[in-house]
Amino acid sequence: MTRPATILLALVVVLGLAAPSLAPNPYDHQFRDMASASPQPGFPMGTDDLGRDRLSRLLYATRVSVLLAPSAATISVLLALLFSALAALPSRLVAWTLSLANGIFLSLPWIFLFIILRSKLSLNTDPLVSVTLTFALMGVAGWAIPGRAFTASIVEMKDAGWLLQARAAGLRPWRIATAHAWPHLWSLALAQFRILIPAYVLSEASLGLLGLGVADPMPSWGNLLRDLQHPDVVQANPWTLAPLALLVLVMICLESLTPSRKAAL
Amino acid sequence: MKHILLLLPLVLSAAVPQQLRFAINGDPKMFDVLMVAESNSETIRYLTAGVLLRVNRTTDVPQPELAESFQVKEGGRAITFKLRPNLQFSDGTPLTAADVERTLRRALDPKSGSPTGDTLRAGDTAPEILVANPREITLRYKAPKPGIDRLFDSVGIAPPVQTKLPPSSGAFFVAEYQPGTFVLLRRNSHYFKRDAKGVQLPYLDSIRLDIQANADIALTRYQRGEFHLINKLDADSFDRLQKTQNNSVRSLGPSLDPEFIWFNQAPAKTLPEWKRAWFTSAAFRHAVSSAIRREDMARIVFKGHAHPAVGPISTANRFWVNAALKPPVLDTKGGLAQLAKEGFTLRGNVLRDKGNHAVEFSLITQAGKRPRERMASLVADDLKALGIKVNVVTLDFGSLLDRISKSLDYEAALLGFENVDADPSEEMNVWLSSGAQHAWWPAQKTPATAWEARIDKLELAQAAEGVRANRKNLVDEFQKIVREEEPIIYLLNPDYLVAVSPSLKGVQPVVVPPQILWNAEWLRFE
Repeated sequence: MTRPATILLALVVVLGLAAPSLAPNPYDHQFRDMASASPQPGFPMGTDDLGRDRLSRLLYATRVSVLLAPSAATISVLLALLFSALAALPSRLVAWTLSLANGIFLSLPWIFLFIILRSKLSLNTDPLVSVTLTFALMGVAGWAIPGRAFTASIVEMKDAGWLLQARAAGLRPWRIATAHAWPHLWSLALAQFRILIPAYVLSEASLGLLGLGVADPMPSWGNLLRDLQHPDVVQANPWTLAPLALLVLVMICLESLTPSRKAAL
Repeated sequence: MKHILLLLPLVLSAAVPQQLRFAINGDPKMFDVLMVAESNSETIRYLTAGVLLRVNRTTDVPQPELAESFQVKEGGRAITFKLRPNLQFSDGTPLTAADVERTLRRALDPKSGSPTGDTLRAGDTAPEILVANPREITLRYKAPKPGIDRLFDSVGIAPPVQTKLPPSSGAFFVAEYQPGTFVLLRRNSHYFKRDAKGVQLPYLDSIRLDIQANADIALTRYQRGEFHLINKLDADSFDRLQKTQNNSVRSLGPSLDPEFIWFNQAPAKTLPEWKRAWFTSAAFRHAVSSAIRREDMARIVFKGHAHPAVGPISTANRFWVNAALKPPVLDTKGGLAQLAKEGFTLRGNVLRDKGNHAVEFSLITQAGKRPRERMASLVADDLKALGIKVNVVTLDFGSLLDRISKSLDYEAALLGFENVDADPSEEMNVWLSSGAQHAWWPAQKTPATAWEARIDKLELAQAAEGVRANRKNLVDEFQKIVREEEPIIYLLNPDYLVAVSPSLKGVQPVVVPPQILWNAEWLRFE
């Protein structure tokens, strides 16, 4: 399964990056006489309610989402690993502080931070800057969820027999961390990374309600998914499911590429 | 056998359950008729609270209700009501002028915080209340009160004691309330009104208002026959319903509610002077207005269920609209010519002002309101033809309100009004330059321009004018000035769309709230 998944993922990334060359129409051009059109020559996936070509918008949306959602997930996982590594220290105070910080980050209503961010940004801020900052903030705010998993795993490792054996054998801490602990964390990090990507894609769609998501007319998977809010519209126009299908495909590929804990060991 | 056959229609008629069911989108906040401040409580207030007079929604004329007659006196400074004899609350206790007086005094008490009191006061001054006898009461103001009679359409007469589910003075009373589930209203057997045959109204035995926040679910339940009406449909739902239940949907034509954009003309710190110079230029505003394809907007955003707006008063408001005004026509070339006269030049695809600034502004609108988001996208696309770049920003309603009314940190906004009355005084707080909702520059100490000063005069004069024809002339001139200056660029009046079960009779839907329910006491099932 690994090879087909790699190929498919690569294909999605290439489709996104090559959107300007592949898209049959500009993503923001309004063909007003063709609003809400069914698939037809010239518009293989039909048009949205403003007459914009759905295929072109999906290709450009892939470019935005395929780059930014994994970037935000990477920030979260790296921050989580960094903070959780402190749990390996013998200090109880550090462990307590880490646990407190984690709890605070998990319980804070982050939506207010996004509202403050929006209020501080100029209304004429370039949409690309706005969306990059949004994903960056999501990445920073989102470390606590993987952080809790990593901390639990590291605390568990501290009492593991193999670790005692490694210490008894005189291995240096850096060697223990890279050669022995990291393979344990790697699969967990990949799993967290995979979970965070769809979460951030969907969060971006929700943040659109605050004017913080990807601003119209720029498309993203998130704002394309907002078209699915009305089930009967989807039933009548099943091609509107294409962004969801692409998201699911990417998730399946990532799942296939995630090594199991056993395999990693 | 003959007798049985004669009785059959009566039996069949009696078998029809007379319970009306429909959805409201949230819990009513309270049942005190004087404290109503949101739409769900307002619906219940309308159905349960008796009023001294009611504005007939089809003729727009105030008609006696609990009062058998009323008289506006002293040039609009005073009004006298004579109550009907033997009025009663739903629990059977008598309703007299003392109850009216107590209601008015409680509403006018600043400590009560009653929104009804805000409507009744003239500035900070309460009117004088004089009870002549148990059936006659007079209110007197120091100066003429605009639309003094119409005010009482929304002043429900409260019972002597406020209980959890208080007795009512109107056609129905609140019999049961299950938070988050439903409100049940039952017919008031002491209601005074009777039909021509002497049958006591209301015809309905009860009304059940199911609390259903999700409009899609409410629509599905209507399709299943669980609800009998939807008081406001969006264009998509209307079209979907039309395909399956064509005989139950009705378009009432253009609503009173306009959609519009305006530019910030206030001297705000966040607004550069050169941008303010654009926004205060009538030629700039006219050019923007002339480049907007309103017909496209109506067709694409509202599926054809909208009409280009002519100005602050909708064409649905047949008496008050200035019939000489027509919707702005598409004229991009004319717009560019106007801009050229003001020193703007189109270089390539970019419009530049005298100072060589590229013309670009942000347009804020309410996030989550799909039609407004769509209209903003269309406006942004239309203005490309003038070389203007528009950045559409959708904001949550709280942030939006803060920007347009407090911080004034915005450049242009797209919003709409929901008018609850056809009277031209309805939007006084928007048009008076001192008004807190004077959209483009709120709460001016003195009018910033001569035309704003003229609008101030016209608005105050029409409100105090007693002769309807004279008042119409003043209102016509006001509309003409608004068109000439376009401080607010009117886009569309969406059509008012409703769904009503064909089995519900006596329905006379109107575009004025509460639309289908305005004559609830006359509704019945057959």
